[in-house]
Amino acid sequence: MMNSAPPADGPAVDVRGLRVLRGGRPVLQEIDLTVARGSVTGLLGPSGCGKTTLLRSIVGVQRTEAGEVRVLGLPAGAPALRDRVGYVTQAPSVHADLSVLANLRYFAEVLGAPRSDPARVLDEVGLREHAKDLVGKLSGGQRARVSLAAALLGAPELLVLDEPTVGLDPVLRQELWQLFHRLAEAGATLLISSHVMDEAARCTALLLMREGRLLAHDTPRALLAATGTADVESAFLALVADADADADPGRTASEGVS
Amino acid sequence: MNAARTLATARRVLLQLRADPRTVAMLLLVPCLLIVLLKYAFDGRQAVFDSLGAPLLGIFPMVVMFLVTAVATLRERTTGTLERLLTMPLGKLDLLLGYALAFGLVALVQGLLAFGLTVGLLGLDIAGPSWALLAVAVADGLLGMALGLFVSAFAATEFQAVQFMPAFLLPQLLLCGLFTPRDTMAGWLHALSDVLPLSYAVDAMNRLTSETGLGGAVAVDLAVVLGCTLLALALGAATLRRRTE
Repeated sequence: MMNSAPPADGPAVDVRGLRVLRGGRPVLQEIDLTVARGSVTGLLGPSGCGKTTLLRSIVGVQRTEAGEVRVLGLPAGAPALRDRVGYVTQAPSVHADLSVLANLRYFAEVLGAPRSDPARVLDEVGLREHAKDLVGKLSGGQRARVSLAAALLGAPELLVLDEPTVGLDPVLRQELWQLFHRLAEAGATLLISSHVMDEAARCTALLLMREGRLLAHDTPRALLAATGTADVESAFLALVADADADADPGRTASEGVS
Repeated sequence: MNAARTLATARRVLLQLRADPRTVAMLLLVPCLLIVLLKYAFDGRQAVFDSLGAPLLGIFPMVVMFLVTAVATLRERTTGTLERLLTMPLGKLDLLLGYALAFGLVALVQGLLAFGLTVGLLGLDIAGPSWALLAVAVADGLLGMALGLFVSAFAATEFQAVQFMPAFLLPQLLLCGLFTPRDTMAGWLHALSDVLPLSYAVDAMNRLTSETGLGGAVAVDLAVVLGCTLLALALGAATLRRRTE
């Protein structure tokens, strides 16, 4: 049988049994998850829990030990995905010695995006008046937005954003979350990591991670209901207590979270 | 391979250089200044300048191009832009050839300036055709560029990248026949110098200095230098990994 086109209605991301080693030590273990198309999925967990490694695995730049990662129906990192997945690394990855516009023009040319795209994404991240500025002269937050703008070029179907709102002021943060939801309404899927739990409320689905494992995968509302907590931070703590109790029943499990 | 992406990359690298006029000035002027120094260090001894001028006209641009490309590509790796580019539909060769094209253009301008100065103003007198001197000088600049691209894969910091100059180029300089003729070296040293590309660059320059006309041997030397350039670019492409640990 010929290779059939991947189904357009499957999940945007499908991870099965993912395991990643770095320097011989496991940083991701037994990860199973799906990211629904059109969702704004938050990947939350403390710093160093493996969020970046998981995102890198989904983008296809991480060497993996075991398991399967499929993105938009194709193996992660497949050449056909290179203009369909936008990736923003935690540290802004743009050329400091080029202007904002020159950066975006170059990435647009590499992606084969329309010539009008740099202007469009500049507006989307609110940097139009800085178009001619050298990226190296911008503030950290502005630089992060240039990096984000580059990932919006060519209107990718999946956006993988590693802590895109770190260090931004609350107004800007809100504007970016509004942008993320507009993009999702237009049909894109967003997977966004954060170590700030209060950003969870802005997501339509949540993945909670700790020490290389997935603790929970649910909607924010269902997560709070299941843990009987009022906010995601408390829910996270409850899940950690639960997991520890399961792993080591000898220790006190008297917190009684169900 | 995609011509549009290669050209876009070359244009981008040149734009980045433009933002750093001091580096551009040093790229273009330092080889010229060194040759002027050489001329006056051997003031009144035109024969010495004539015999050393040609090989050094090749060596100075090579060293300068090596350093600049090694650091430029290392920066691409360490700032995360390389990782971003490799998640995009950009071929590894598109990227390397884009770099090669941009820095090749710089090598050409640099070669023209140093050549015009050496032959025109300083009166370097060689037996062979002087345009061939320009061709070899530009080829040497290209070789330095390709070697710089390649070794940057093995450097984690700019300190390390700069150290590759003494580690990688100075042995070649000692063995290339500039200080002592290669055929008077011990057998094992001679054999070693036979596999180092700079030896062929200097051989070509020495032949142009002492032999009239354009012998086939110069063409062979030039072909070896350009072959090593392509080999270093291909090896550089092999060091780019889309998936890393």
